[in-house]
Amino acid sequence: MSNIPSELRYVKSHEWTSMEEDGVVTVGVTEHAQSLLGDLVFVELPEVGTIVSAGDESGVVESVKAASDIYAPVSGEIIEVNENLSDSPELINSDPYGDGWIFKIQLSEVCEMDNLLTADEYQELVESEE
Amino acid sequence: MLIIEKSSEGCLAHAQLPHLTDETSVFDSKFLRKTKPKLPEVSELQVVRHYTGLSQKNFSIDTQFYPLGSCTMKYNPRGIHRYASLPGLLARHPLATEINSQGFLQCMYELQTILQNVTGMQGVCLTPMAGAQGEFAGVAMIKAYHQARNDHARTEFLVPDAAHGTNPASAVMCGFTVKEIPTKKNGDLDLDALKAAVGAQTAGIMLTNPSTLGVFERDIEVVAKTVHDAGGLLYYDGANLNAILGRVRPGDMGFDVMHMNLHKTFATPHGGGGPGSGPVAVNEKLLPYLPVPRVEKNHDHYHWIDETDCPDTIGRLSTFMGNAGILLRAYLYARLLGKEGLRRVSDFATLNANYLQTQLRALGYELAYPARLASHEFIVSLQKLTKAHGVNAMDLAKRLLDFNIHAPTTYFPLLVPECLLIEPTETEAKADLDRFITVMENILEEIKTSPEVVKSAPHTMCITRLDDVKAAKELDIKWE
Amino acid sequence: MPFIPHTEKDIKAMLAACGKQQLDDLFSEIPSHLQITELPNIDDGISEAELARLMQQIEVKDKYQLCFNGAGAYEHHIPAAVWDIASRGEFMTAYTPYQAEASQGTLQLIYEYQSMMAALMATQVSNASLYDGASALAEAVLMAARIQRKQKQHKVLLPINLNPSYRNVVQSIVGQQAVEICAVDYLPAQGTIDIEQLQQYATQEITAIAISQPNFFGQLEHVDIITNWAHENNILLIAVVNPIAMALITPPGEWGEKGADIICGEGQSLGIPLASGGPYFGFMCTKHEYIRQMPGRIIGKTTDTEGKIGYALTLQAREQHIRRAKATSNICTNQGLAVTAATIYLSLMGYEGLRRIALKSHQNMTALIKMLNEQLGLTPKFTSNYFHEIVLELPVCVKTVRNMMAKRGIEAGVDISQAYPELSNPLLICTTETKTVTDLTLYIDQLADVIHQLQMQKNQYPLEENVAC
Repeated sequence: MSNIPSELRYVKSHEWTSMEEDGVVTVGVTEHAQSLLGDLVFVELPEVGTIVSAGDESGVVESVKAASDIYAPVSGEIIEVNENLSDSPELINSDPYGDGWIFKIQLSEVCEMDNLLTADEYQELVESEE
Repeated sequence: MLIIEKSSEGCLAHAQLPHLTDETSVFDSKFLRKTKPKLPEVSELQVVRHYTGLSQKNFSIDTQFYPLGSCTMKYNPRGIHRYASLPGLLARHPLATEINSQGFLQCMYELQTILQNVTGMQGVCLTPMAGAQGEFAGVAMIKAYHQARNDHARTEFLVPDAAHGTNPASAVMCGFTVKEIPTKKNGDLDLDALKAAVGAQTAGIMLTNPSTLGVFERDIEVVAKTVHDAGGLLYYDGANLNAILGRVRPGDMGFDVMHMNLHKTFATPHGGGGPGSGPVAVNEKLLPYLPVPRVEKNHDHYHWIDETDCPDTIGRLSTFMGNAGILLRAYLYARLLGKEGLRRVSDFATLNANYLQTQLRALGYELAYPARLASHEFIVSLQKLTKAHGVNAMDLAKRLLDFNIHAPTTYFPLLVPECLLIEPTETEAKADLDRFITVMENILEEIKTSPEVVKSAPHTMCITRLDDVKAAKELDIKWE
Repeated sequence: MPFIPHTEKDIKAMLAACGKQQLDDLFSEIPSHLQITELPNIDDGISEAELARLMQQIEVKDKYQLCFNGAGAYEHHIPAAVWDIASRGEFMTAYTPYQAEASQGTLQLIYEYQSMMAALMATQVSNASLYDGASALAEAVLMAARIQRKQKQHKVLLPINLNPSYRNVVQSIVGQQAVEICAVDYLPAQGTIDIEQLQQYATQEITAIAISQPNFFGQLEHVDIITNWAHENNILLIAVVNPIAMALITPPGEWGEKGADIICGEGQSLGIPLASGGPYFGFMCTKHEYIRQMPGRIIGKTTDTEGKIGYALTLQAREQHIRRAKATSNICTNQGLAVTAATIYLSLMGYEGLRRIALKSHQNMTALIKMLNEQLGLTPKFTSNYFHEIVLELPVCVKTVRNMMAKRGIEAGVDISQAYPELSNPLLICTTETKTVTDLTLYIDQLADVIHQLQMQKNQYPLEENVAC
């Protein structure tokens, strides 16, 4: 049973998000996703300043035998990326909801957050895939 | 130990060096190389011993049973290698005059004809240098066909979810988007999904038949009609041609274009990962677009045709005419086997696969498609054993190495969890198949009673399992 | 039944185990109306002895020629040890080293190959090889477009003095995607790239420029100037080089201030026989920062569970079998066997061996030019620095000269008139280290005689086409 923090919101493609009051959304991949991928060896980060729409490809995480795109869960501007991942992609394995965060988006449409899955909904999704 | 570590400064393989009377070069000295590259300085014997030693660390068809699914690791006849390597043939320059190339051109012309007849097609080009390049050529011809008809809306290629990774990659290289078509539980393509997917945007579909799941696509005629009715064309991925050689021809199944993997079906050496050779064959719809060069015959004179003779060609794919030496070997293989021998290939490849499938199932291994006949290969899934004993497909593959058997293909196709794709080929004797069955029986017992032995395999190779994560993270890809 | 080991008894037992009566029953899932009973228009099989006879006849028909052809495939001496070892079954009949533990021979060999190629090119990384020189250039162009993915459109400069066959292949492969190819002229007297003409592109958004060293005419390009120009204008520099020549002349990693960005070319001259055009191999090297955009296999060094050194395929997540539609390329195989031969060849020769071969090839061309001038009054078309090839404009029909020389046992050079209609009866001639003074003398004597005969005919029958050309 994987860890799915109840305070976060999720996307079908296995990203998690957390929104601060100023409309900044932090994005990472879930513990379930990192366990499917295995030991990560490379992360391709988006560029700060990129304008993304919800669903856009905004990065790649690679393990030895798999690669997975990271999709922007919401629309907005990429305002920060986790540079530590360039040298230490394993942070995503060891702390997916903390030090393993990937990028931050300045949200342009607050209502988009409502389209995301709750922890319970995501839990159901993970179980249905197993 | 690396060859560079055997190096001593100043050591030269003297017998191999040309005689220089002076050091004069007439070009401007600014062009001269000023740094010395770090290359080995070793004797001829050191080189011979080093690389002979390395060769002994490989598994190969010549030394082990090699049931690597989807790769058709059959015996590569020695006689073919010998007679394709006659000194005069090796010395022929690719741009030699046609009057001094009639022998070689005749072989290539006859090979074009043989491949045309084997596939039931109307034209062949030998030049693609590997299956993936053949795929590229085929998809590019389909694109040219639609463009010639001013049908520019066809931007999408359909590919089954079970397809080889090269299929979608080739379609993308030709500028298409890819739509995956799901497979049904029985291994056949999901026709409802196909019917829903085709339309005015469909350029074509890429199919392997038998599919990568090791079963024959029974609805192939419906698939062909569905795609053709929608205005698309059918591409046949010849990866599994060994299964149907001389029995069913892709042209008769409704395919418009295909490639063959000569290194599989026509027994040319795999060479540690190439060279391959992937000639393409087409029906009359696509004849004008075939790549160049090709060989034609005019009153007993063989000659090349190129861009000037074929204005609608998709063009040239290799510097010269493709992997000529591999083509020559395939020609000799076809001549040695003849029409009866070629048909027996699929007969016995299929017999061997079905025999293994039946016997492994009897041992208790779970088949991915138990209700189906095997083609030339079949899939075992270890999913239940993995859940029960923690031993996965990779573990079993590694354990086979300890019994001096090369592993089957693992984790492909991606649709079947914990899968082993097993292809024995027609050149394996019953006694060798029986030995494999006995080994698989032993390993099954180990999985149940002492899984750790399997999980930590191999135990008898020159190394144990490698740290792939380290290889990717701490990239070390050359000596310093 | 060639190569099928089954006895009648085996067949019966195996069919019985499958619960089948006859072989045909194994194909019952295939609609019967699609099945054929016999392959049409294919002959019966032959024995190995008959095969031997057939090929000996073919070999005699295409009789051995003294070879002065080059144009991308070069006749160098191949030490016996190279193919004796490369043809060992353990190398020749293995497949892609997916099972690393059972493929350490091939894997270590490719690691050594990558090391030697990177050293020879004076750059940082090499892949495990591509199909051939032309397709490697096409892949290099696509790689450049991936590196420059921020550009709105992709435009690549290809000089006309780059092998025309390479240019055609780039067009067929790259032309399927949104990459525009622009031709760059050469200087009519020197045969090298017209650097002045490049300036017009300085203000445009250009993805890359490819330059060949030596170029198709055998001339040496001013690579430092072009490399610096490219980098000043945010253009990637793709080097297409002859690997043997790199032991003698400046390697691409040392061009200009920053070195070439992507390096590729034809590996055939490193121990691979001419053999009618293949299998050869294409090589590709690059700077470390671009490795993830490089297509093809890469082998890395690592350790096993006990700390022992071993080699494995690495960075596979770029490749088609994992990334499928998003892979860097559809390439699946490399040219493993040819690379095996090249690695053995490079080890035998070392830097000094390669340098001497390059120098001897060059010196032979110097000697030939002198003889052409003294005995036929002919001088090379282009006047800059040459390596081991030159273009000669003949006073008579080049096609006829080639055919007449071929009948005398000499492949006289390559007719390049189709790709270069602006040249008059151009013959591209190559000398490698294999040529002796006797060979050069024979070539000159025969060429003099052939030209003389054709000129006589020309005077007698001035309107006949094959004479006038």
